[in-house]
Amino acid sequence: MKPQSNRFMSMQEMVGFAILALLIFVIFPLILDPFRLNLFGKYLTYAFVALGLVLCWGAGGILSLGQGVFFGLGGYCMAMFLKLEASTPENTKIQSTPGIPDFMDWNQLTELPFWWQPFHSFTFTVIAVVLVPVIFAFIIGVAMFRRRVGGVYFAIITQAIAAIMTILIIGQQGYTGGVNGITDLRTLMGWDIRTDEAKNILYFVNGGLLFACLFAAQYIRRSKLGRILIAMRDQEDRVRFSGYDVADFKTFVFCAGAAFAAIGGAMFTLQVGFMSPSFVGIVPSIEMVIFCAVGGRLSILGAVYGALVVNWAKTTFSESFPELWLLGLGALFIAVVLAFPKGLAGLYDDFIAPRVKPLFDKLRSKSNSKDADFVGAPAE
Amino acid sequence: MFADYSSQELLAIFAMQGFAGLILFSVFVLMALGLAIIFGQMGVINMAHGEFMILGAYVTYMLSNFFEAYLPDLFGIYFFIAMICAFIASGALGLFVEWALIRHLYKRPLDTLLATWGLSLILQQIYRSVFGAREVGVTIPDWMMGSLPLTDMIEVPINGIFVMVLAVSISIAVYLMMFRSSWGKQVRAVVQNRVMAGAVGINTEWTDRLTFGIGCGVAGVAGSAFTMIGSTGPTAGQLYIVDTFLVVVFGGAASLLGTIASAFSISQAQSIMEFFLSGSMAKVLTLLTVVGILMIRPQGLFALKLRK
Amino acid sequence: MSDQDFPNGKKDARAAGLSRRSVLLGGTALTASLFAPSFGNAQSFPTAEINTTGLAVTDDTVTIGILHSITGTMAISETGSVQAEKLAIDQINAMGGILGRKIEYIQEDGASDWPTFAEKAKKLLVNDKVASVMGCWTSASRKAVLPVFEQYNGFLYYPTFYEGLEQSPNVIYTGQEATQQIIAGIDWVTKTKGAKSFYLLGSDYIWPRTSNKIARKHIEKLGLKVVGEEYYPLGHTQFNSVINKIRLKKPDVIYAIVVGGSNVAFYKQLKAAGIDMTKEKPLLLTISVTEDEIRGIGGENIEGAYACMKYFQSLQNDNNLAFVKAFKEMWGEDMVIGDVTQAAYLGPWLWKAAVEKAGSFDVDKVRAASPGIELTTAPEGYVKVHENHHLWSKTRVGRAKADGQYEVVFETADLVEPDPFPEGYQ
Repeated sequence: MKPQSNRFMSMQEMVGFAILALLIFVIFPLILDPFRLNLFGKYLTYAFVALGLVLCWGAGGILSLGQGVFFGLGGYCMAMFLKLEASTPENTKIQSTPGIPDFMDWNQLTELPFWWQPFHSFTFTVIAVVLVPVIFAFIIGVAMFRRRVGGVYFAIITQAIAAIMTILIIGQQGYTGGVNGITDLRTLMGWDIRTDEAKNILYFVNGGLLFACLFAAQYIRRSKLGRILIAMRDQEDRVRFSGYDVADFKTFVFCAGAAFAAIGGAMFTLQVGFMSPSFVGIVPSIEMVIFCAVGGRLSILGAVYGALVVNWAKTTFSESFPELWLLGLGALFIAVVLAFPKGLAGLYDDFIAPRVKPLFDKLRSKSNSKDADFVGAPAE
Repeated sequence: MFADYSSQELLAIFAMQGFAGLILFSVFVLMALGLAIIFGQMGVINMAHGEFMILGAYVTYMLSNFFEAYLPDLFGIYFFIAMICAFIASGALGLFVEWALIRHLYKRPLDTLLATWGLSLILQQIYRSVFGAREVGVTIPDWMMGSLPLTDMIEVPINGIFVMVLAVSISIAVYLMMFRSSWGKQVRAVVQNRVMAGAVGINTEWTDRLTFGIGCGVAGVAGSAFTMIGSTGPTAGQLYIVDTFLVVVFGGAASLLGTIASAFSISQAQSIMEFFLSGSMAKVLTLLTVVGILMIRPQGLFALKLRK
Repeated sequence: MSDQDFPNGKKDARAAGLSRRSVLLGGTALTASLFAPSFGNAQSFPTAEINTTGLAVTDDTVTIGILHSITGTMAISETGSVQAEKLAIDQINAMGGILGRKIEYIQEDGASDWPTFAEKAKKLLVNDKVASVMGCWTSASRKAVLPVFEQYNGFLYYPTFYEGLEQSPNVIYTGQEATQQIIAGIDWVTKTKGAKSFYLLGSDYIWPRTSNKIARKHIEKLGLKVVGEEYYPLGHTQFNSVINKIRLKKPDVIYAIVVGGSNVAFYKQLKAAGIDMTKEKPLLLTISVTEDEIRGIGGENIEGAYACMKYFQSLQNDNNLAFVKAFKEMWGEDMVIGDVTQAAYLGPWLWKAAVEKAGSFDVDKVRAASPGIELTTAPEGYVKVHENHHLWSKTRVGRAKADGQYEVVFETADLVEPDPFPEGYQ
């Protein structure tokens, strides 16, 4: 492993970020019609989750199979706000209790539950979108990492939490909308989010937030914290013996992953127009892991490409060959694990980087820095 | 809730409820044994476990059709043949999967999870293409359906007894294999120290393959037995995954006895709560309790004392 | 349904994949009532006049969408609907199409995933400009596509019996809403079977919960008792505890709305626990088990149970005999047809009737023309579209037989009015 500089980004990474920005902010909006652009916006919300997984799993060695829970919590917080806005007494006057969400009325609730009340406020909602999942992640993290639950056990327990969450949301349909979820969301503070124009704007907001998260992730990775994470992944005991509190670092990175997922969830709700328990459970959670794995579990940019490529392939293939799609997805899982454990980013490192590297080296010799690629043996 | 009933009725209900708990226990044991072998002994997270079970169920389905059409006289006993075939089919698939996939991943347990999840998607699609998207109805011989009236009030479902007997005999078989056969000795040696085991001349590769195959085979038998009580469809296997993993992890991964103890406690808790609460809440509470206990005692009920 | 029952059941009838003869049988009455001579050719309907909103209508074709799950957990249920819709489209085309135009369809896979449904619905409406869509199955998928249909003014024919509490200008609900299905059934079981106490049981999601709520209100209004009400997570497979509870409470009727894989487990375990449904003590009444589901459950495991819905494959009328025959010719002898499959089959026919009444494919005109549309050729018998976009239909009770078919034991004398927002049941 080459020595690393503390600089925020190497030249090569900067170019990588710039290319991604160009793709998301210029090329996609230019070549895609509003319908496809909205789809890509939806794919990008999964990139938030994949990004969180790069930190947790790629860097920290913690595989969470319950990221859907955080994605869902963020999405539900946003959906609650939008639903309250859509359920004005005028819109809901045919109900026996006007002014509450329709599904509550169907379930004989006659007033808004107290924990829905604060979601009338947009400020509160924005805070809750991030804070609720983070607190939840914190509780899980503290409980598990303090007791040194890790690896496979952590994966299975988070999976069970995803299952519990789904059953709970579906079972409490008077409060959560049940299996249908919270649907028919129309406006955000009076602004109709269903028009093409609104969707375009949301797409750019989404892209902006994604970049904010990318930078945050890059910062974490480049900081001392990021190095400790990697050290922890590779030799946990040695880090512990060096006097670091491993559990705290793990909890932190798990919370960060949860926060990213939650922002993605909230943006998903805004762009798709509803939230339902089907994004919380085991299957979506594992799919999110595969986005991360395909992109490259070590690469934060790879996470974005992974989410884009897998979802785009899913849409394309399922339009033409619905039967083959599952076979293809399954094969993709296996291929990524067996042949390309570093995912797309690994392919880039192996095949493209060696060719472009001389170019950067030329540039670099002028600035005289000693940057290396992102450290990274695969998680063993 | 019990004020209106006579003591005799209550006694009968509690007896039957106890029985329901035992049936659930047997179901859990059957589900979890195969996984306990694979996960506990090899550290491989087999997310396709449910699909191996469903393969057993489909084998049973095909044999039930075959016997109905060609050997109606033997229909009464086809189920035993079906279970053997299910073991062979799932076991053979297991051997193949180990050779093609798992053996490359022993050093990366989390990756086995992803790869086997991919495998489960592929298997589901194959089932769907071959058997159709709909559930298939497996005809069970008449003598296995229905119930055995013990008293006027207490009736015991025959398929429940069947599942219980099966669970006990498979547990004993697995115990004998693991602790009384030379293969079992090899498996345990490989689990405890792969390098040393190899050094003393154990063919670790074949031990692994066989272990995986047998784990899958046991899953197949479980799937075959579950045609009596559950549904057989391409995605039915996924229903079992969470429960199965929790049972194994709760028991302490490397301990077969732990698996059985945990199956017992989870099934009793669930069955008692289901009786007093509504179904969904019972399920949530059971899972929460298990997760809660695992957070306090992550190594599970029975853990091997091993230093990392 | 054997060939002998069918007057024109000659084998040569299947020559062209779908015989014109069986089609005509299926459509005779409709032809008489709606198929006025002028509808025969496209020339009398210039494309510019009958399509002013840019739908996918050419001089000789019109494109519609089919949107169901081909993959995922719901594929089990939705396959039958797709088959029925394709059959109806073929039959309509064999009769000359709609306004002289052949129907072409674009089929999209919802993949049992609700955003995918919304996404594909949008694709069908925005990119493909389809004139109408036959699709969706679960409530969740319908709720997901509903805003899309309302925003882009599409027109959806939704086939499943469902919980009600909805009435969209952009949807025609060809299945029954909850009150239609439930009230007649409970009235029947109290009157003819003298039932006094009920145990309500369901899978844990909106349809069973809402339905049981309506059932409970109605039962209590009749002065009878509900002795238990329970829900189990979707996919739950262990019912021994609840069966014991049922034994303890001794209800006259088990009112079961269990769905999917749970269904199979529930009925098998019920039988194994020694509750013989043919003895009707307790009697089992369900609204969620169609002939399709029985294939998975096994007829011998559910024999003696009663189901309450609007259609059974065994209905003995000419429309249905022709429909069943055509369906089996197209999709295979071993097919069974359940309530939803039949409702899905009505979709294209209702749309055809509405388009012809409107003389236009424009969604607004079709919508305006829809209320009051009558189908005399429906396999279930005569149906009519209500102002509220649901169908007037008869409700029937069937008794499950070991061969997986239902024997119809009761049918309401009149059509039951759809009432998606029932007063006093909310």
